[in-house]
Amino acid sequence: MSTPLGKDLLGLEHLSAEQITLILDTAEPLREISERAIKKVPTLRGATVVNLFFEASTRTRISFEFAEKRLSADTVNVATAASSVTKGETLVDTAKNLEAMKIDMVVIRHASSGAAQFLAERIESNVINAGDGMHEHPTQGLLDLLTLRRRFGSLKGRRVCIVGDVLHSRVARSNIWGLTKLGAEVAVCGPRSLLPPAIGEFGVQVFDRVEQAIEWADALNVLRLQLERMTAGYIPSLREYNRVFGISRERLDRAPREIVIMHPGPINRGVELDSEVADGPHSVILDQVTNGVAVRMAVLYLLAGNAPALAEAAKGGDR
Amino acid sequence: MTELRDVLLRGGRLLDPSCQLDGVGDLLIRDGKVEVFGGTIGVPDGAEVIDCAGQVVSPGFIDVHCHLREPGREDVETILTGARAAAAGGFTAVCAMPNTDPVTDNQAAVGFVLKQGRAAGAARVYPIGAISIGQQGERLAEFGEMVHAGAVAVSDDGKPVVSAQLMRTALEYARTFGIPVADHCEEPTLAAGGAMHEGFVSARLGLKGIPAEAEEIMAIRDILLARLTGGHVHLCHMSTKGSVELIRWGKERGISVTAEACPHHLSLTDAMVENYNTNAKMNPPLRTAADVEAVQQAVKDGTIDVIATDHAPHHNDDKQREFSDAPNGIIGLETALAVNVTWLVKSKIISLATLIERMSCAPARLFNLPGGSLRRGSAADITVFDPDQAWTVDPAAFLTKGRNTPYGGRILHGRVGCTLVGGQIVHNRMG
Ligand SMILES: [Zn+2]
Ligand SMILES: [Zn+2]
Repeated sequence: MSTPLGKDLLGLEHLSAEQITLILDTAEPLREISERAIKKVPTLRGATVVNLFFEASTRTRISFEFAEKRLSADTVNVATAASSVTKGETLVDTAKNLEAMKIDMVVIRHASSGAAQFLAERIESNVINAGDGMHEHPTQGLLDLLTLRRRFGSLKGRRVCIVGDVLHSRVARSNIWGLTKLGAEVAVCGPRSLLPPAIGEFGVQVFDRVEQAIEWADALNVLRLQLERMTAGYIPSLREYNRVFGISRERLDRAPREIVIMHPGPINRGVELDSEVADGPHSVILDQVTNGVAVRMAVLYLLAGNAPALAEAAKGGDR
Repeated sequence: MTELRDVLLRGGRLLDPSCQLDGVGDLLIRDGKVEVFGGTIGVPDGAEVIDCAGQVVSPGFIDVHCHLREPGREDVETILTGARAAAAGGFTAVCAMPNTDPVTDNQAAVGFVLKQGRAAGAARVYPIGAISIGQQGERLAEFGEMVHAGAVAVSDDGKPVVSAQLMRTALEYARTFGIPVADHCEEPTLAAGGAMHEGFVSARLGLKGIPAEAEEIMAIRDILLARLTGGHVHLCHMSTKGSVELIRWGKERGISVTAEACPHHLSLTDAMVENYNTNAKMNPPLRTAADVEAVQQAVKDGTIDVIATDHAPHHNDDKQREFSDAPNGIIGLETALAVNVTWLVKSKIISLATLIERMSCAPARLFNLPGGSLRRGSAADITVFDPDQAWTVDPAAFLTKGRNTPYGGRILHGRVGCTLVGGQIVHNRMG
């Protein structure tokens, strides 16, 4: 089925600025549905969506589930802590089974980069990437874009710095593509051991010191530090990480302008982000959660082949 | 054995850099040996005549590096299917790497490979013995007995020789038998978990990369150990600009280092991995355009002595999986000539004569193998091919059991018409 987004949503790298804007514009009126007493519209009635989570992620899965239910889709959750490899069933087998079950849409989270594309190439259903390895997490990128757009009006010329473990972060990649496409300036900041050596080729600035990032940025997207990075030897200790790269009130107080603080969650409080900041006035972390449901509704809505015009008509004049 | 018929190869371009031969003429094979070549030769009674007009007649190609999977993974390849694929690709001899199951690390295992190779009746199959018992990197295998049984080199390929001390001892000990020690150069801690070349493409795709330095650190270590020991180190599948600079450095100092490059590293870049194409997953990984160009130049100036295939068949089920979990390697025996002609000769980087030197003469010299020459009296291991013929790569039509190639569907130039081993036709597409 040809939709304004194509068959699948695998990443933001290959979407145009127009397609991204369409998703965000569609998400705006859908936010309003979540404010209603009966938080449900019949848009996807009769459609079957499988949430295929090969990797634990309560937040993303719940957000997708809410989005699906609010659009009246029938959902099935397949969660498996073990990877497909240890389970003995290959992703090819999974694809064949899904194909045989005539599913309309699949939301997939997988520890291997490229897994969503792998599935998309083998099944007719629309595939939504809910995070694949260290590659992309497009709906997270989109919800970050929506959050920033609602805050700033437009992203053009806005400066966003992604702080932390960019090397292993699918959120970082989706953010870099999405933000640059919508005209924002992007920088990254973190220990060099957690930045890809080729980071410069993404067209982003690199700050070695978090103070420089704070001086430069309008918004900081603070990434979650995977605690195993320490045991894997990428950084010496969490304590030192917090001292060198942690976002604290004192650091933010020295900023020349008000800085928006984002975080994909869950937060390691006192490591990458101090509680005071996470819960403070600059934080839009809870807006991100709200916007996550709206953005996922928009993606499901558009991939189901609904015309953008319908979204226009449904627009509640919320902005 | 049935009596060998004489064979007359008529009117081909006889091309053999080992004896500065390049000219149109006939070549007569008698008793499995080259009897006479050049000019016009009368047809002896009962001789088979093959019309080679428009074809190149060269010494047969010799692959010093391939994986035939037997014993252990006969579902993926056998010595029989591998040898037939080799013949179809114009190879009259192939050296089989020992990373089978069980590992070829003793004389009995070497004898098994030789026996299966002879039974195949296609290309000659020479076993390479393991450097260490079970390729465990700990204790030297019995080189002497393996060489006595027919091994032509030693290698732990598939795995790098991590211990510098073991590598040193292997190089020293191998001198007794005059065999090369072939190493898979990869510093294991830098390469750990890597699925492709480390660079912009890996960063975009979110795949853990293997930096060029993982190869180069081991390459220079091996070169220095060759200097220390006087042993002959042969560096497998060199893929980076830095590696060829280091080999050049070593050769300039008279160190006994030789090296091979593979057709895929001479033609493709890491951009092939785009879309998580597991047929572009190999070890060492496909590198950048600058690396490809440097390795091509090294083939041209002789820094890279030989082109080897690193033919590595895998079952489709194993390749049809998430990129980071898919096995490394591609098949290469049936595409090697065409890839080399298309990317190196057609683009005028090297001449056809240089290609034959790298695919036939040099491998024979370096690994002390028969063949590699059309000289009178030498074994009639001969490849007849049309360097201009275009063909579309159809993996389903290969004789290897492997289908894992990144060249499927591509139009390549250079097609093998006929392969003769010891004067016997082992492959014939010319009718
Ligand atoms: Zn190897
Ligand atoms: Zn190999």
